[in-house]
Amino acid sequence: MPLAVELNGVSFAYPGGPDVLSGVDLEIRRGEFVTIAGPNGGGKTTLLRVALGLEEPVNGEARLFGELADRVRDRYRIGYLAQRTRLGIDAPATVSEVVTAGRVARRGLLKPFGRPDRDAIADAISRVGLVEHAATPIQRLSGGQQQRAFIAKALAGEPELLVLDEPTAGVDVDAQEAFGAFLGELHEALGVTILYVSHEFGAVERFVKRVILVRGGIVFDGPPAELPAHWHDPSHVHP
Amino acid sequence: MFILDADFMRIAFATGAVVGLLAPAVGFFLVQRQMSLIGDGIGHAAFAGVAAGYLFGVSPVGAALVAATLAAVGVEWLRSRHRSAGDQALALIFYTGIAAGVVLVSAAGALNANLFSFLFGSILTVTWSDFALVAVLGAVGLAVIALLYRGLVAVALDEEGARVSGLPIGFLNVALAALAGVTVAVSMRIVGILLIAALMVLPVIAAGRIGTSIRSTMLLAMGIGLLSVAAGLTMSYYANLAPGGAIVLLAAAFAVAAQIGAPLLNKAR
Repeated sequence: MPLAVELNGVSFAYPGGPDVLSGVDLEIRRGEFVTIAGPNGGGKTTLLRVALGLEEPVNGEARLFGELADRVRDRYRIGYLAQRTRLGIDAPATVSEVVTAGRVARRGLLKPFGRPDRDAIADAISRVGLVEHAATPIQRLSGGQQQRAFIAKALAGEPELLVLDEPTAGVDVDAQEAFGAFLGELHEALGVTILYVSHEFGAVERFVKRVILVRGGIVFDGPPAELPAHWHDPSHVHP
Repeated sequence: MFILDADFMRIAFATGAVVGLLAPAVGFFLVQRQMSLIGDGIGHAAFAGVAAGYLFGVSPVGAALVAATLAAVGVEWLRSRHRSAGDQALALIFYTGIAAGVVLVSAAGALNANLFSFLFGSILTVTWSDFALVAVLGAVGLAVIALLYRGLVAVALDEEGARVSGLPIGFLNVALAALAGVTVAVSMRIVGILLIAALMVLPVIAAGRIGTSIRSTMLLAMGIGLLSVAAGLTMSYYANLAPGGAIVLLAAAFAVAAQIGAPLLNKAR
């Protein structure tokens, strides 16, 4: 079975700028729960964007599900939670509407929703424990509930790869812990590949078997237990 | 005399109903994408189209439709190629449109009252053939919105997420821009080129304060648009006012009332 994510000798630089990443080799198997951490500006979001085919590497290649990342078919297999934890919309959007938006790519733009689509949306809302809030405008929910609604949106497409980019930014420590535990349960229940990108990973440390530290390249790749003590705070990562 | 006894008022109401529904429906997505001012830019390009229509002796509405749609798609094309320069793309279209309009109008010697009816709207100059064009284009516009509704919402909610999951972002953005161009062209006889953008935005602002979901907000915006047009045309008939100004002032009043009333409404919920 092809790997979920594969980077071979990837280097990346923005036009006219220095290398953000150089010589990155990375393999993520299906079903893994991996955290990609590192200091702000270390290149972890760039690594993620290259891996998802949103940026083209200067050298090397990125593959998703065995296909070149920028040409992968059926991209709905990726569930993505963006860095910002707020909606890009002014109008009140209910939890149900937000989650439904996550199903559109899998169903196809012009095809009407059928029973399987409605079931998948209902299941995603139920899985994050927001059934009672399905018709509530998301702006009226707590930060933690909003985050769960966005996770449900990512799950509505029944993804094989769930990508979370700085999902706990601006969230208090207790909510981060609860979120980490929730992701651990989700991983166990669905067996979905999870890529958790964050400048710190304390919230999920108990649940991941692999930590990848990024600072211009990969400076550590292994289980959290083997992480040198001074690297537990990735802002102190030194190459 | 009863207002609907006059044939021109029946045409104005029929045309206005299409405009009142279509403009906020398209404007809803423009506002969510923070592209509220694109209607203004496209309006100026439509002005160039009207002027070209006079100069070359073709239908000003048809020429405006072509100019407005091309301008809207052009703005989107420039914006997508230079993401940080959306306002510059708009400025380029905005000023080129108005300058081309002025040059073409002076070349055609058409600086007259009929031209002003396009700029500020008129209830006297709309014909049944204008209405037929507006009705067909309005129906097509609303059908396209209904067809692409889920995709447009997904992009408005989270463009990056929609891109990652493989939705055709470029197609949806161009479709929305083209809808904006069509809306400007069909609305200019009633609301006027200079004020059409307001009818695309103000009802959405009002509805956004009192709606409880995306769907209800959009439908509410369309209702407010329809009401503004109907009441504005009535005011225009009895007080002999330019309809565009009356319609937009009413839509603005709805927006202000919603801003003031929303906290009270939310407390009551």
